[in-house]
Amino acid sequence: MVDQRRDAGSELEGVLEADAGEGYGNVKGRTQREIIWRRFRRHRLALAGGGVLVLLYIAAVVTPWIAPYGYAQIDFTTLNQPPSLRHLMGTDRLGRDELTRVMYGGRISLALGLAVGAFSTLIGATVGIFSGHYGRSIDVATMGFVDFMLTLPFLPLLLVAGKIFQFTPVTIIVALVLLLWPRMARLVRGQVLAVREQEYVVAARAIGVSNIKIMLRHILPNVVGVMVVEATLIVALAILVESAISYLGLGIQPPTPSWGNLLQDARTTMTQQWWLALFPGLMIVITALCVNFLGDGLRDALDPKAVE
Amino acid sequence: MFAYIIRRTFFSVVVLFFSSVVIFGLVAMGPDPLTELKLNPRVTQADVERITAAYGLDQPLPVQYGIWIRDIVLHGDFGESFKQNTSVNSIIVIRIWPTILLMGSSLIVTVLIAIPFGIYSAIKKYSALDNAGTFLSFVGYSMPTFWLGLILQLVLGVYLTSWAGYRIFFISGMSSANGAGPVDLLQHLALPVITLSVISVAEFSRFQRSAMLDVLTSDYLRTARAKGLSQRVVYLKHALRNALLPTVTLVALSIGLIFGGAVITETVFAWPGLGFLLFDSLNKGDFNVARALLLIGAALVVFCNLLADIAYSFVDPRVRYE
Repeated sequence: MVDQRRDAGSELEGVLEADAGEGYGNVKGRTQREIIWRRFRRHRLALAGGGVLVLLYIAAVVTPWIAPYGYAQIDFTTLNQPPSLRHLMGTDRLGRDELTRVMYGGRISLALGLAVGAFSTLIGATVGIFSGHYGRSIDVATMGFVDFMLTLPFLPLLLVAGKIFQFTPVTIIVALVLLLWPRMARLVRGQVLAVREQEYVVAARAIGVSNIKIMLRHILPNVVGVMVVEATLIVALAILVESAISYLGLGIQPPTPSWGNLLQDARTTMTQQWWLALFPGLMIVITALCVNFLGDGLRDALDPKAVE
Repeated sequence: MFAYIIRRTFFSVVVLFFSSVVIFGLVAMGPDPLTELKLNPRVTQADVERITAAYGLDQPLPVQYGIWIRDIVLHGDFGESFKQNTSVNSIIVIRIWPTILLMGSSLIVTVLIAIPFGIYSAIKKYSALDNAGTFLSFVGYSMPTFWLGLILQLVLGVYLTSWAGYRIFFISGMSSANGAGPVDLLQHLALPVITLSVISVAEFSRFQRSAMLDVLTSDYLRTARAKGLSQRVVYLKHALRNALLPTVTLVALSIGLIFGGAVITETVFAWPGLGFLLFDSLNKGDFNVARALLLIGAALVVFCNLLADIAYSFVDPRVRYE
């Protein structure tokens, strides 16, 4: 315990020293954006996660030009080969190059994660801000609906929907957005409730600023932090859920490769061809991990109460 | 507070009603359950009509919904299976126990590991073990359950068996054909329980850690230390009680989500519970079973949320009842 107290003490001193050391002369170099970037940079895992994600997305965009083979290119001379220099992730039972298939599968998973994250955020944040700002009966009605959506058994419902509607990449995005935007709405609305009674918002209202302008100029900037963090969580969740339902054969259907259905393919033969079970799953873990690290770093960086 | 409980219960019933409409409607949009029958040339038109009427499928949808929900609410009767010549209830009843066994075991394992570890991490904040725990828990909830299951099947099921020369872990089902007994059951139970636990330990231990950290910085703990109580007493008697409160809620809520978690893991390990039954009945096109399972899943979530809220209002006097 003595140690802990000393720790706390030295942390505080560190802060004081830093503030004193930088002095007033440097104040102009500390805009909000720079403060956030400084804090974010310190979170090395988040920085690394963000970097890897950028690389993954670039790779996904240019896959058609850099993939070593075609994703449906069958080669009967190279069936079921373990990883080698010519096929870095091995080949499947039709001699297709697994690396190529993982790359094409990644296009689907990564695009899906981004799309679900973006649309859920857009819808959820809009609903959340309106609901929190206007309050009263609008708030009661929308939050009642949101609570209702949040109690639906998420995964089982998606499986049943997948069976009935035969998901395509587009419809699976729609289904995920439908089920995930309420999370965002709930969170944003809570944040808005905390912000809307602040003096500066009350002041803005008092001098007759329009509702739209209050929401966009005064409330939105204060909820962006939690929004961004929740958005990363939704991206990771969407990628994980898509892979799970595709693995069960109810998501994205072959021949379109996705990380989930590549693993479904691997299920029956994985005792002989371990590489087919390993690599697509590893890509899911790496992607979700990077997104989660990024979110964690953003949470720290965007937290206004955090001590430097 | 009584009014709060009444209102909360009323809201739950409304939510459950809308859930049942959504579930019924979604499944009703699905393919005609009697397609096979109608395509069979040996089944006469009269037979088709008779069977359609027997299932009540000749009625308009709102009437079908009314009959369906009435039987469930009044008699606890989920109707007849479309594909197996028996009632949905009798199919579900035999699948409940495996799910309770699996989910109960993994919940116990999770709680036993996650709570002590979370508390330890909070007390020894930023120690090597705490940092390792933070990192591993990130890996834990970035991992798809089914993939973890596959890898465990491969490594502990297949490779370990051929390396050791005899089978330690079974990779599917709940019992072997020749031998049944507690040891055999454990050999089947181990891998799915590990799969489920890894991911929930990641979640629970971090949750417990932050709950404990909140308590550790509170004033009453400083007072307890100031009056000279030993660390042990401060942590175990003063801090622990309040730090466990949020976790109890989390456990209650996670019981509601059990069904969702069961679907993937049970399917990967062919564990004969409700989750695998859902997957199975979807593949067979037995939509009445799927519909019943969805409703049970929804009811479980609603009920556990309600219970957690009410319990919390008793335990924590700061909850507002507006």
